[in-house]
Amino acid sequence: MATQVTQTAPGIACWSCGQTASQHFCAACGKIQPVQNVDYFAIFGLPRKLHIDMAALEREFYRLSRKLHPDLFARATAREQEWSTGKTSQLNDAYRALKDPIARTTYLLELEGVKLEEQSRNATDSARLSGAEKKQVVPPDLLEEVFELNMQLEEMRMNKQMGEDDPNITRDLQAAKQKFEQKMNDLTSELQRNWNEWDALIPRGEAAPQDRQSRVRVRDQMVDLLNRRSYIRNLLRDVNEALTSN
Amino acid sequence: MAEERIVGIDLGTTNSLVAYMEGGSPVVIPGEDGSNLVPSVAGLDQNNQFIVGNTARTILIEHPNRAVYSIKRLMGRGIEDIQDELTLFPFRVADDIKPGEVLRIKLGHREFTPPEISALILRQLKKNAERFFGSPITKAVITVPAYFNDAQRQATKDAGRIAGLEVLRLVNEPTAASLAYGLDKKRDGIVAVYDLGGGTFDISILKLHEGIFEVLATNGDTHLGGDDIDNLLLAIALDDIAGDLKLDLRRNGEAIQALRKAVIETKIALSFKSEAQIEVDLPQGHRYRRTITREQFEQLIEPIVQRTVAPCKQALADARLQPSRIEEVVLVGGSTRIPRVRALVKELFEREPHSELNPDEVVALGAAVQAHILSGGSAATKDMLLLDVTPLSLGIEALGGVVAKIIQRNSTIPASATEHFTTGVEGQTNVAIHVVQGERELAKDCRSLARFDLKGIPPMPAGLPRIEVKFLIDANGILHVSAKEQRSGKEAEIEVKPTYGLTDDQVEQMILESFDYAEEDFRQRQIVEARNEAGNILSALEKGRRNPAWQILTEQERREIVQRETALQQVKNSDAYKTIRGAIDALNEATMRLAELMMDSAVTAALKGQNMDNTGLEGGPAAAHPIAPAEITKD
Repeated sequence: MATQVTQTAPGIACWSCGQTASQHFCAACGKIQPVQNVDYFAIFGLPRKLHIDMAALEREFYRLSRKLHPDLFARATAREQEWSTGKTSQLNDAYRALKDPIARTTYLLELEGVKLEEQSRNATDSARLSGAEKKQVVPPDLLEEVFELNMQLEEMRMNKQMGEDDPNITRDLQAAKQKFEQKMNDLTSELQRNWNEWDALIPRGEAAPQDRQSRVRVRDQMVDLLNRRSYIRNLLRDVNEALTSN
Repeated sequence: MAEERIVGIDLGTTNSLVAYMEGGSPVVIPGEDGSNLVPSVAGLDQNNQFIVGNTARTILIEHPNRAVYSIKRLMGRGIEDIQDELTLFPFRVADDIKPGEVLRIKLGHREFTPPEISALILRQLKKNAERFFGSPITKAVITVPAYFNDAQRQATKDAGRIAGLEVLRLVNEPTAASLAYGLDKKRDGIVAVYDLGGGTFDISILKLHEGIFEVLATNGDTHLGGDDIDNLLLAIALDDIAGDLKLDLRRNGEAIQALRKAVIETKIALSFKSEAQIEVDLPQGHRYRRTITREQFEQLIEPIVQRTVAPCKQALADARLQPSRIEEVVLVGGSTRIPRVRALVKELFEREPHSELNPDEVVALGAAVQAHILSGGSAATKDMLLLDVTPLSLGIEALGGVVAKIIQRNSTIPASATEHFTTGVEGQTNVAIHVVQGERELAKDCRSLARFDLKGIPPMPAGLPRIEVKFLIDANGILHVSAKEQRSGKEAEIEVKPTYGLTDDQVEQMILESFDYAEEDFRQRQIVEARNEAGNILSALEKGRRNPAWQILTEQERREIVQRETALQQVKNSDAYKTIRGAIDALNEATMRLAELMMDSAVTAALKGQNMDNTGLEGGPAAAHPIAPAEITKD
C-alpha cells in the first residue's frame, strides 16, 4: 500500500551495463539512472512521518546534490544530462516541500488523496466565473470574531475615504491582530499534536480496520486545521494591510 | 590534457571580460591591446568591418550612428518596454517593430537584433582567448544578472550560439562573484553579494557550507546602474548648455557622446576627490566647464542609490534573515566604487563590505571557476558546488487573467511543477496556455514568457481529457515545457511561441548570416589590403626609377613596366579584388629584374663601404624584393 514505509524502488536493470541498479546510480558501473516517479519522502529515503530531523534533511540534501547536480554531468551524454536535471529538480522540489512544516503537511495530505490546493483553486475559479466573491466557509467557532473584525475593517475604510482617523479603530484592529496571531500559534501547537498522532500510526500500518480509521480521523483533523489556518492567515493579511496603509 | 578548455565570460553592460583557470586560480585574458576589459561597444569602421571594444568606442564619439553601446539593456525585451530606455540612450530602433517582436537596432545601414550585437562582443572575447591559447575555443560559461528573466537569459544563450560558442551554463553574476571570493576564503557562513554594475543591480544572499554555495534569496532591478548616474549628469550638462550657451545639443549625437565621456570621467574622479570638473569642447568653438562637489553629486544620485534598498530588504525577508545574520558583504560592479554606495551597503547590512577583488573583474573570475568545475574540476575546486535559485515566480494565466503561481521565486533550480489541464468544450482538440514570470497578481502585469498550444488532444466530452503539463526550470534558469494527455497516454504536441525570443530557426539563420557577414568582411579587408599593396609597389617603383639600376634595364623591359604600372593605377581603386591582385602580380613580375639589379648595386655599394642610405634602397638587403612586399596571407 502507498502508506507503507517507502522503500527505494526495487532494483532495475542498468541501461548501461545491465546489472541491478538502485534509485539513482548503478552499483556496478556507477552510471546515473533514468528519472522515476517517486514521492518526496522516498527521494530522501524517509518514512511518511511529519516530524523530520531538519539537520539530517539538510545533510542528505547536500549529499544528494553533490551526486546528482547537472554541474557534474556537463561532459556526460545528453540523456544523462537530462536525467541529472530531472533528478535534481525532484530533489530540490522535495527539499523545498519537506523543509517547510505547512508545505510538508499539505504534501502528505495530498499523498493521502486530499486536494487542498485544487479545492481552493476551483473555488476561486468558479467564484470568478459567476462574478461572485469567493465564498469561504467561516469556521463556526470564529463566526462572532470574524463578524466583528469585518465591521471594524469596513469602518476603517469609510474613515479613510472621509480622510478621518479614529484612533479607537486602530486600537481595536491592533487588538484583533494580536488575538488572531495567538490563534495561529494555537493552531500550530494543535498541528504538532496531530503530527505526533500521525507519526505514531505509521509503524502500525493500516492492515487493521481500527488503524485505518484512526488515520482517516487524524488526516481529516489536519485538513480542517490547515483550512482554518489559511482562513486566519488571510484575515491577518487584511488587518495588516489596513494598518500599514494608514 | 585532451579535454577542450572552457572559458568564463562576463558579458557586461559597459565592459566584457573573458577568464580561465590557470592552475588553482582564475585569470583574466587580456585583449590584443593588453587591456583586461573589452568595452561592450560594437561598431562598423569605414570599411564596413565590425570592430568591438576600445576601437569601437572611438567610432562611437566620431560617428555615433556607426556604433552601439549598452546593448545588454535591450536583451530579451520588446518595443513596448523600452520606451524609457529610448529617451536616454541613442539606440536607433528599426521603424517597423511591432509589439511582441524581437527588436532590431540599426548599425550603419544594417539592422541587427540585440543577441546578434552581443554576439559580436562575444566573438571578440572568443578571439582574444583563441589568440591567447593558440587553439580554438568553442565552449563557455556566460554570466547574467541574477534578476534576468527567462527571455533575457534565452537571448544571452542565443548570442553565444550566434558567436559560435556552446554555452554550457548561464551563471548569475553575484553568485559567480561569490565563487571567486569563496575560492580562497573557504569559510562557512551567510554572505550577501551587492552587485551594482553599469546597467543592472542584483542582491544575492548565500549560505556557504563546506564548499556548497547555496543561494537563499536573490532580488534586483535589471535596469538600474551606473548608466543611470551618467544620464543624470548628462541631463544637467545639457540643461546648462541650453540655458547659458543657447545650444540645443539633444539631437547632436557626436556632442552627446563627447559629453557622456566627460561626465563619466567626472563621476569616476568624484569617487576619490571631493570635487571634480566636467570639461568638454563643444561645436562652434564653445567650451563647457562645470565643477561638481561630492556633496552635490551624492545628493543627485541619492534617488538612484535608494532604489537598491527595497530589493535588499526583500531578499533578506525572503531568506528569512535579519541583517545582523549576514556575516560578510561582498561588493561587485564598477558602481560600488562610489563612496555613497559603500556607505549605504554598510548601513543596510551593519558591517564593512569586502572589496579585495577588483569589482570589475570578480564576476569573470567566478565564471572561470564555474567553467573549471564543469570541465571536471581539480583540487582547487574540489567539493565546490553552486546551488542557485530562480529570481522570479513562474505562473500560468488562469480564468479572469489572474496568475496561478506554479514555481515560487527563490526556488532552488533545477525546479519543476506539474499542472493538469482539461477542455471546456466537447471535442476540443487544443488548449492554449499562457506562461508568465513575475510577482504581480494579474497576468497583464507580469512578464509574458510564452504561449503554448497543446495540440492533438483526442476529441472527448468537455472536461474529460486530462493533460499533464510539466514545467521545468533548468540549471540556467531557462524554462522547458512538456505535455501528455493522460487518458490516451498520447504525448501532446506543444507549439511554443516565445513572446520576445528568437525561434530556433531564426538563431540558425543568424549563425549562417554571421558567416556571410564574415565572408563579406573578409572580402572588404582583402580589397583594402590589395589597394594598400598596390600603393606600396607603385611608390617603390617611383623610387626605383631614380636608382641607377633603372638605366641598366632594356628599353623593352622599361616599356613593359610602364605599361603594367598604368594598368595597376587604373584598377587599384576599383572594388574588383581579383583584378587589382592580377595587376599587382603582373607589375611585380615585370619589376623582378629591376629589383635584382637594385639589390646587386646595394650589395656592391655595401662592399665598397658606402653608406646604405646612399644606395637609394630602403629596407636594407634583408628585403629580397623591395618593390614587392610579402604576400598577404589569410589569417
